Amino acid sequence: MSARSLFQKVWDDHVVVPESADAPAVLYIDLHLTHEVTTPEAFNVLRSRGLSIRRPDLTVATLDHSTPTVPITTLKDLDVVSEPAAAAQIRTMIENCEKNGIRMYGYGSDSRGIVHVIGPELGATQPGKTIVCGDSHTSTHGAFGALGFGIGTTEVGHVLATQCLLQRRPKTLAINVEGQLPRGVTAKDVILAIIGKIGVGGGTGSVIEYRGSTIRGLDMEQRMTICNMSIEAGARAGMIAPDDTTIQYLNGRPLAPRGAAWDAAVARWRGLPSDADARFDREVSIDISQLVPMVTFGTNPGMVVPVTDAVPVSDDASFRKALAYMKVEAGKPMLGMPVDVVFVGSCTNSRMSDLYAAASILRGRKVAKSVRMLVVPGSVQVQRQAEAEGLDKLFREAGAEWREAGCSMCLGMNGDIALPGQLCVSTSNRNFEGRQGIGARSVLASPLTAAASAVAGVIADPRPLLPN
Amino acid sequence: MEKTDIVRSRTVVMPGTDIDTDQIVPARFLTTTTRKGLGKALFADWRYDKDGKPRPDFILNTPAAAGCQVLVAGNNFGCGSSREHAPWALIDFGIQAVISTGIADIFRSNSLKNGLVPVIVDQATHGWLLTNPGVEVTIDVASCELRLPDGRSVNFPLDGFSKYCLLNGVDQLGYLLHQSDAITRFESERAWKP
Ligand code: SF4
Repeated sequence: MSARSLFQKVWDDHVVVPESADAPAVLYIDLHLTHEVTTPEAFNVLRSRGLSIRRPDLTVATLDHSTPTVPITTLKDLDVVSEPAAAAQIRTMIENCEKNGIRMYGYGSDSRGIVHVIGPELGATQPGKTIVCGDSHTSTHGAFGALGFGIGTTEVGHVLATQCLLQRRPKTLAINVEGQLPRGVTAKDVILAIIGKIGVGGGTGSVIEYRGSTIRGLDMEQRMTICNMSIEAGARAGMIAPDDTTIQYLNGRPLAPRGAAWDAAVARWRGLPSDADARFDREVSIDISQLVPMVTFGTNPGMVVPVTDAVPVSDDASFRKALAYMKVEAGKPMLGMPVDVVFVGSCTNSRMSDLYAAASILRGRKVAKSVRMLVVPGSVQVQRQAEAEGLDKLFREAGAEWREAGCSMCLGMNGDIALPGQLCVSTSNRNFEGRQGIGARSVLASPLTAAASAVAGVIADPRPLLPN
Repeated sequence: MEKTDIVRSRTVVMPGTDIDTDQIVPARFLTTTTRKGLGKALFADWRYDKDGKPRPDFILNTPAAAGCQVLVAGNNFGCGSSREHAPWALIDFGIQAVISTGIADIFRSNSLKNGLVPVIVDQATHGWLLTNPGVEVTIDVASCELRLPDGRSVNFPLDGFSKYCLLNGVDQLGYLLHQSDAITRFESERAWKP
């Protein structure tokens, strides 16, 4: 057989019916992740057609998007803190899962959390699997060498009913990342720089494979941050070849294989990395050895500059509209822009290493008086561990709010929003107009940059504040 | 899904690039548990002021936009989240086709499953449509042709399967359910089990 890429191997392994000129491939799905927002209508359709769930055992559910980040112990609490529609949506999800025998990590479960944080944490996310979710950031799971991609609600119904999807084979894009990460520069800065380079539509129609010495040196949490934002470059998915780092991370996780099954799985995973002479439809290289912490200045993640730079100048109408919305001026430095809100959280940056990063800046310092800072762990697991290590106390003493796990201000569906006109430095993945609240102005950054900006009260370079 | 063969309509033009699904339907409208009635949420933050009154200067609120079924948009339309609420809202509002130089993958896939026709055209055609808002165009799904009022016609890409589904109002779930034997065989024969 000719040389194959990681993507090609995973794809080939899941083709039920091959693609033809007349019809897309029927692709088998190994893991279906679900949450309350993009599933109710899929269940409605199945119900109306009298269809049952083919493999409830391959679907996992949680509550994250419209869920409050204040403590909830019973469903009754929901009615007190949530909008009626959000509460109804959560109830619908719980009911749909109960009726259909789908495992739900809901309130009271110590495995609840953002769907893309809990999949890996549980060990459900594994190399070589096909993983889908009615959520575009399913690309996160590619960090394990899985093929993870976001689908719409109709397709959620397809997976529930048949465990398969109709798919055309996407193109492949190799992104080679070389160089040692400079101090104070993180995976978030790398992916922002990549999106800045290839553009928000640069990956359209493609599955990205991130390769190179930088990627090999990243831990799993950082790799997830990179793959998470593949969709921000328009890509279908982003993948990283599994290696010792991947295998070590998964070993002993609740849903990872055990005993002989583990050994067999590891042997299979070892064969997944792209063959040495595998060809890609396109290749891009980036050297990050001189990279500086990155921040966005506009209304999409491709509008990004080093934090030490000024807002760029352009005559393009959409560019000018973005600057007007952001109330930033071309030619003015990013450093020193007043900040109202800082959000550390989201499936991009809400895991332990992200909290450690933010904590390393906040230790012994205070959040500026003018700033509201929210720290929202990605899962109950992360929350518990952080609390056991005293990070909650550290954040609170610094003047930040410490919340329950969920998507929170990443998309402002649960009432956690930035107010009109407020500038929010956010570790999330989308700086679209109104994403974090009507009229809110989002600046995407790493947890280090976010924490440094919280302390300074203005957009700040974290490097001078790094502990020795 | 309704059958879609011909869309004939004046165009409404939104030239901005990278119009994302958070603009098409802001997240706070996603607490719904049904696809119905989302047209009122379409472009809500651009369409209404903070008191909920329509902004007269927003293109979809202008008299010229009334009844238009074809949206001409800037490059990379529909980027961002996977919410199918985006095509649901456009369709509920009355849009049946989107023309652009680039349409984001998930939005495109969601559109095809709901009978909203994604029409990708070259820069020159796109440029002409942007500078001539309100012209009457015809989108012919069977021949994958976009016909302009000056008699020109340009082809747009649409794979045979999607075309078949649009023309016959076939939803893909039926097709997938027919593959049930192959799926069962795959499940029992595969080398490893998830
Ligand atoms: S954290 Fe944000 S991007 Fe991630 S799944 Fe939740 S809403 Fe989506």
